[in-house]
Amino acid sequence: MTKKVKKSAGMFVVYLLLIIWALTTVYPIIWVIQNSFKAKDKILANSFAMPMGELFTTANYRKAFKTVDILGSYKNSLFISAMVAILVILLAGMGAYALARYKFRGSGLINSLVVGAMMFPAFATVISVFQMEYSWGIANTGNWFLNMLSVILPQVAGNMAFAMVVLIGYIKGLPVELEEAAYMEGCNAFQIYYKVIMPLTKPSFATVAIFSFLWSYNDLFTQSFFLRRPDMYSITMMLNNISAKEGTDYGLMAAVVALIIVPVIIVYCFLQKYIIKGMIAGAVKG
Amino acid sequence: MGANIYRNKKPALVFLLPAFLFMIVFLYYPFFKNILNSFMEIKQLGSSGTSFNSPWYSNYVEMFQDENVWTSVKNTLVMMVVTLVGQVGIAIVLALMVDNIGRGKGFFRTVFFFPIVISATALGLLFNLIFLYDKGMVNQLLEVLGKQNLTDWKAEGIALFTMMLPVMWQYVGFYFVILVTGLNNISDELYEAAKIDGATTLQRVRYISVPLLHNVICTCSVLAVTGALKVFDLPWVMFPKGMPLKSTFLTGTYMYYHTMETKNVDYGAAIAVLIVVLGVVLAKIVNSIFREKDY
Repeated sequence: MTKKVKKSAGMFVVYLLLIIWALTTVYPIIWVIQNSFKAKDKILANSFAMPMGELFTTANYRKAFKTVDILGSYKNSLFISAMVAILVILLAGMGAYALARYKFRGSGLINSLVVGAMMFPAFATVISVFQMEYSWGIANTGNWFLNMLSVILPQVAGNMAFAMVVLIGYIKGLPVELEEAAYMEGCNAFQIYYKVIMPLTKPSFATVAIFSFLWSYNDLFTQSFFLRRPDMYSITMMLNNISAKEGTDYGLMAAVVALIIVPVIIVYCFLQKYIIKGMIAGAVKG
Repeated sequence: MGANIYRNKKPALVFLLPAFLFMIVFLYYPFFKNILNSFMEIKQLGSSGTSFNSPWYSNYVEMFQDENVWTSVKNTLVMMVVTLVGQVGIAIVLALMVDNIGRGKGFFRTVFFFPIVISATALGLLFNLIFLYDKGMVNQLLEVLGKQNLTDWKAEGIALFTMMLPVMWQYVGFYFVILVTGLNNISDELYEAAKIDGATTLQRVRYISVPLLHNVICTCSVLAVTGALKVFDLPWVMFPKGMPLKSTFLTGTYMYYHTMETKNVDYGAAIAVLIVVLGVVLAKIVNSIFREKDY
């Protein structure tokens, strides 16, 4: 009997500690949403109160849409990240297939070049990439598409090596008999890739796509080099810029943060299984 | 049989070429060009250096005399210890607890993980509000608890703490998920056998979970240390330009500061080389400390 009491008391403490940590992750979000609906001078007086009655206002959101081009930066960010994810899947998939199935002179060397490429931090390449793209005329131009391209290319490269390592591992695990059957039916290597390998590798493609997308979507460092005109801003650039300019308007800050965080949380709730898997797999990237 | 399909090697070249070109053009070439850049004189981002510094290694001499470089290296090392002890340590405790509860495992997994999905830039702004001097969340909370005067969380001395806490907090859930997955891989039979032998929950954690988790903990530790070198977004948003008094620079933010703010691009390139060297050395050290064991 006493043992049971002791045990449930222990469980109580365990749950309590877990809930406390859960509060540290959830409450700040609730807090910022709550305060985004209060006038900026009211936030300071009592930030824990619910925004009801007198306190409630949508002024921060009206100002947010007026002062910053939130939809524009959403458009830019989504375009960049989607392109990065698509290009990584397309190119890394083909490359991984070649390295997983073909043995040729130098394949060992290329394999180690791929693994080595995972180790380069963005800090060490960004200056030279900018020089190169500037000389091509695609960095820091007024042309929207070229400017987006200038960010997409290095971000694709940054995810490529890692994506290939994940995909090579997966494709190596597929049974080669299916490819043989397709070969007997008269498929060439390209048909085998599109008709056999690609459908079978879908789960791994999903992991790589989610990882590349989120990495690109959340990146500030690389984007701050290439997206310097306000109409080219991605979400992270827009946030960084507004905090430098209007950092003391706490109501506006809260509204902008809420506008950026809430959609991500909604998507996360629906896709959390895949997102967690993709992010964990992505961790191994050096 | 399998060799038959893949005897013709020509398709391999077509498959491999685009990915390979990308890596050469956007990773390998820039990496070596960056080393060259660190010896050139570059005043403007985007322009190529036309002449070498005199003497050509002057950036590296300057780096040794630059107090801020030492500060940023020191801060980065502190950050490493914080991520290692804070992130992995808290994650181990949380994972062991969640592994032993009945209901709510999925809930805690979802809730603990989600800060990672949010961009560090947005979190930086959020924590700016939380740590606001003039009654942000923390100062108001302390006031409710009876503290009289407000704390300036961004003042010298405490700024480093204010910067590292959110970085640490964000990634706890990440290691938590890795560790929970590791715990799930431990066979239930071991726990049952221990139970029959009369082991308490704590004993089972101590003598089964922790030892069998050793390799997973090693992986997490290596990730935490190498991850600390790449931290940039959140510190830059919360403490731009190393404020206050350039005391919060990390190697990454200091490299960015010289490249983008002072237009001393070649010096930025030299700091980037330092980051790479630091990364390689630390990875070697950590790998030898946390070597995986075979059981």
